[in-house]
Amino acid sequence: MKRTIIGLATACVAVLGLTACGSSSNPVSGSSGASGAPSPAGTITIGSGNFTESTLLADIYVAALTAKGVKVNTKLDIGNREAYFPALKSGTIDLIPEYSGTLLQYLNANATEVASDPVYAALQKALPSNLTVLNQAAAEDKDAIVVTKATSDKYHLTSMAQLGPICGQLTFGGPPELKTRPDGVPGFKKNYDCTFGTFDSLDAGGPLTVAALKNGQVQAADIFTTDPSIPDNGWVVLADPKNNFAAQNVVPVVNKAKLTPTITAALNAVQAKLDTRTLASLDAQLNAPDKPDPSDVAQSWLKSVGLG
Amino acid sequence: MNWFSAIGDFLSSSANWSGGDGIPIRLLQHLEYTALALVFAMLIGLPVGAVVGHTGRGGFLLVGLANYLRALPSVGLLVLAFLAIGLGLVPPLIALIILAVPPVLAGTYSGIASVEASVVDAARGVGMRWYQVLFGVEIPNALPLILGGIRSAALQVVATATIAAEVALGGLGRFIIDGYAEHTLDGYAQMAAGAVLVAVLALLVDGAFALVQRFAVSPGLRAHIQKSGGRT
Repeated sequence: MKRTIIGLATACVAVLGLTACGSSSNPVSGSSGASGAPSPAGTITIGSGNFTESTLLADIYVAALTAKGVKVNTKLDIGNREAYFPALKSGTIDLIPEYSGTLLQYLNANATEVASDPVYAALQKALPSNLTVLNQAAAEDKDAIVVTKATSDKYHLTSMAQLGPICGQLTFGGPPELKTRPDGVPGFKKNYDCTFGTFDSLDAGGPLTVAALKNGQVQAADIFTTDPSIPDNGWVVLADPKNNFAAQNVVPVVNKAKLTPTITAALNAVQAKLDTRTLASLDAQLNAPDKPDPSDVAQSWLKSVGLG
Repeated sequence: MNWFSAIGDFLSSSANWSGGDGIPIRLLQHLEYTALALVFAMLIGLPVGAVVGHTGRGGFLLVGLANYLRALPSVGLLVLAFLAIGLGLVPPLIALIILAVPPVLAGTYSGIASVEASVVDAARGVGMRWYQVLFGVEIPNALPLILGGIRSAALQVVATATIAAEVALGGLGRFIIDGYAEHTLDGYAQMAAGAVLVAVLALLVDGAFALVQRFAVSPGLRAHIQKSGGRT
């Protein structure tokens, strides 16, 4: 009897512990994310979405600004766009790394721009009046058709524009939604006259898709451009000259009231150094077995390009 | 949008009842995965359960092992098997077989172990060899519980075979996973319709096994099934 009571008590404590861990994860108070206290004057509050790359980019901005003597607060790992964007609009946070294409779609679902520069221009117009964007980086994190080096060599394949005649011989692996999304199967057909021999529904650039491409069961796969598996396996990202997949350049969104020339100059210098290959290799470092701290990875990269 | 009418629209649209991704083909694929998993689970569960039940040795270990197997999450197993093996029928079959073995094993073991000792003694007393005791006395007496184990395994496998769609296979899970991936109201309606189809199929399969249980069991034991509901 005594043992049973002790056992039950232990179980209760364990369950309560888990609950506590779960509930402490929202750094912006209030479920809408918009009701937190405003960021203090004289400091800039940087936020990030709840995924590794967003946190890494925020850490890079934090380190770059700190190096120039700017006072920085952080509210990282907030949640998805629906949670952090209202916080940005209301001034709870002042700056967040974003991706041009999806942010434009969030602000204006009818936007039709697909290439980098038009998306960037449209984004500036679509933002609320108190927000602006700094320069966009060359780095993009978006869907791409990826093939192995061997497949690329065999068919002399470097661009989606060359896919047309050989598509029928290839098995394609990607998330089920690509079967119907305008930039999926219908887009491949319309833009590149490409209809894959077989479409295997797997996951969105996740472990299943990566494994299937690695073991050769699919010859082309939908994987995100900054995915560590691409540099790790020496895979080839096919160019997308017709922008079947809309541009997703990394861009910091900032509250105009907190913007100073120092901040603009410091962050634009970072943006100029950030390309897709760099971002992919930084993501790969974070993915290493010893799980390094994103802020350490951010700091050492900034030093290596002379901005730290 | 009314959910009942949305599900009804999906199920009554003739386009959804034809072609390679229509409901009949998906249903057949679903039954194929289910049947394969059940056959393999029986190939493993029946002999092991029978031997352990007959000898009475290792029962504790077996029950413990079966309970551990039940705790393994099927989707996790599927992903693990996929990463090791790749595309094809084998990864989902592994996940489904591991799901189906414990109830078959437990039903067989407990059915045979709970045959009355006096009955087994009498069989030995009249000079039956061990295999005659097992096949002539123990298994017929244990049949209600053995079939109950298989029936419960079948029900779980029918409901879980949807995960095959996660790794590019067919089955009724295709409607659920593709519908979810759309993130549109039509997609969610398709998802709900898929869930309804799985539930209906599960009820039909369970009903079919109930009939088998009713007719395959010796008349002398039927009263016993009706009392216990035939479940493990």
